[in-house]
Amino acid sequence: MSWLIAFFDWLVEFFGDPARWSGPDGIPARLLEHLEFSALALALAVLIAVPLGLLIGHTGRGEVVVVVSANLARALPTLGLLVMFVLLLGAASVWPVIIPLVLLAVPPILVNTFEGIKGVDPELRDAAYGMGLRGGQVLGRVLVPVALPLILLGCRLSAIQVVATTTVAAYTGLGGLGRFIIDGFATKDYARVVGGSVLIVLFALVVQILFALAQRVTVSPGVSRRLKVR
Amino acid sequence: MITFDAVTKRYPDGTVAVDGLSLEAPTGEITVFVGPSGCGKTTSLRMINRMIDATEGQILLDGVPVQGIDPPTLRRGIGYVIQQAGLFPHRRIVDNVATVPYLLGWDRRKARARAMELLERVGLDSALARRYPFQLSGGQQQRVGVARALAADPPVLLMDEPFSAVDPVVRTSLQDELLRLQAELNKTIVFVTHDIDEAIKLGDRVAVLRVGGRLAQLADPKTLLSDPADDFVREFLGRDRGIRRLQFVSTAGLRLRTDLTVEEGFGGGTAEPWALVVSADGAPVGWVADARPDVLEPFGTFVHGRDSMRSALDAALLSPSGCAVGVDENGKVVGVATREALDEALAEAADG
Repeated sequence: MSWLIAFFDWLVEFFGDPARWSGPDGIPARLLEHLEFSALALALAVLIAVPLGLLIGHTGRGEVVVVVSANLARALPTLGLLVMFVLLLGAASVWPVIIPLVLLAVPPILVNTFEGIKGVDPELRDAAYGMGLRGGQVLGRVLVPVALPLILLGCRLSAIQVVATTTVAAYTGLGGLGRFIIDGFATKDYARVVGGSVLIVLFALVVQILFALAQRVTVSPGVSRRLKVR
Repeated sequence: MITFDAVTKRYPDGTVAVDGLSLEAPTGEITVFVGPSGCGKTTSLRMINRMIDATEGQILLDGVPVQGIDPPTLRRGIGYVIQQAGLFPHRRIVDNVATVPYLLGWDRRKARARAMELLERVGLDSALARRYPFQLSGGQQQRVGVARALAADPPVLLMDEPFSAVDPVVRTSLQDELLRLQAELNKTIVFVTHDIDEAIKLGDRVAVLRVGGRLAQLADPKTLLSDPADDFVREFLGRDRGIRRLQFVSTAGLRLRTDLTVEEGFGGGTAEPWALVVSADGAPVGWVADARPDVLEPFGTFVHGRDSMRSALDAALLSPSGCAVGVDENGKVVGVATREALDEALAEAADG
């Protein structure tokens, strides 16, 4: 059990140090950086992937884009991409890191949005048109609410991936929680490594919980079938 | 009135779904399209509200070609009911019913009030209004589907196999409900089914279509049964055509005898082999044979003048006496139809 004791010692050492809670290398500052990078990358990915997925799923045109993006997502080495963009654009701004993060976050959202829209029961689509809804109304008033659980799933998967990968981005000299781990290893300061890891795990958990809450609020009980039958 | 004028639907691959269809669906009547799979009945229906566009010919709504009307506008003026109801799962029942009124820009409160009125009209408890579709049974969902189609009070209703996904008991009650509603509303209804019995029960006129989308016969159900146009129609109508035709023969002219009834406590001793025991309030109790006056035998009843000859014959076959008991709307005995009387009426029916 000695490793467990060591682990707790490191945690106490890391979180118990008052100096850790202020300054540019303090926990609040790093947390904020991590949040900023992740949120910016995710927001851009959502802005690109959701409308594209809705359009392709609704019209049935351009499905090849979804397939290619899904395959690329599996094939692209994230770290390689990061390094490449830093080498290409330099490390002066955040963009060399944000761009690969966005590229990474787009496919899960795109694929799930597309599948969600395309997978809506054809009878339902038929009924919507038959009632006299126009194309855009069918999409906005029927398809999106029904596909929402899948669209949100895509966003959640991307969010988790972005949070994790932002950690790796610290390699390129950027801030964020990854700094604790990388700097910790470099200086053999294992309290820092352990503390940073725990922070990242907690961060990811909070993101998961936020998405679960968002799902509860936005998805109709008629779709999630949250209510008891009768 | 809906008019099909030489309407053909041909797909790019050359398949002909509907071939030169010409017919009229008169205002205020139920016209049923019936036929086997691939006869183009659903395609024909969907061309009316332009879910599918005709390749040749035209469809007129009260003389106006539907091709000239913008599809969403056209559809908002035509009720549409489909097989699985197609309710919007994310909306409460009341909002599902109010779909078209919302589209037409009705005030929200007015649209909801109208929806509540319709739910009641199709026989649904107002407590269901706040539920979501998944919380309803298939039969209830189908009623909501009908209510939704009626919400903006369209003159025309298109029904595409609306009752084929529910069990037979529910289907029968939905059919009865539709006939009851139609008696009140007098909509112009086009109803698609593959079930000939449903077609005969519901249709004022029945169009039998054959594979390849050609009209085999258009007639009222009685004519269809007595006078099928060809072998295809005859085969499609199936067995028991003669018996089924009896459901269109009224019992109003059926001769009843009133001298075969006795009161309870009867001890035997009429000249007839059978006598019907009737309670003090006029309800039938059972048949007694002259030989065994203490044993009550089963009986069958029909409402004289309202029920068909088919029901009367069925009632006669339910009893060892071979006679059918005629009752009024309240279940009181009005007389007995003997075998002789049934025989006469059947002979008349067979003559046409």
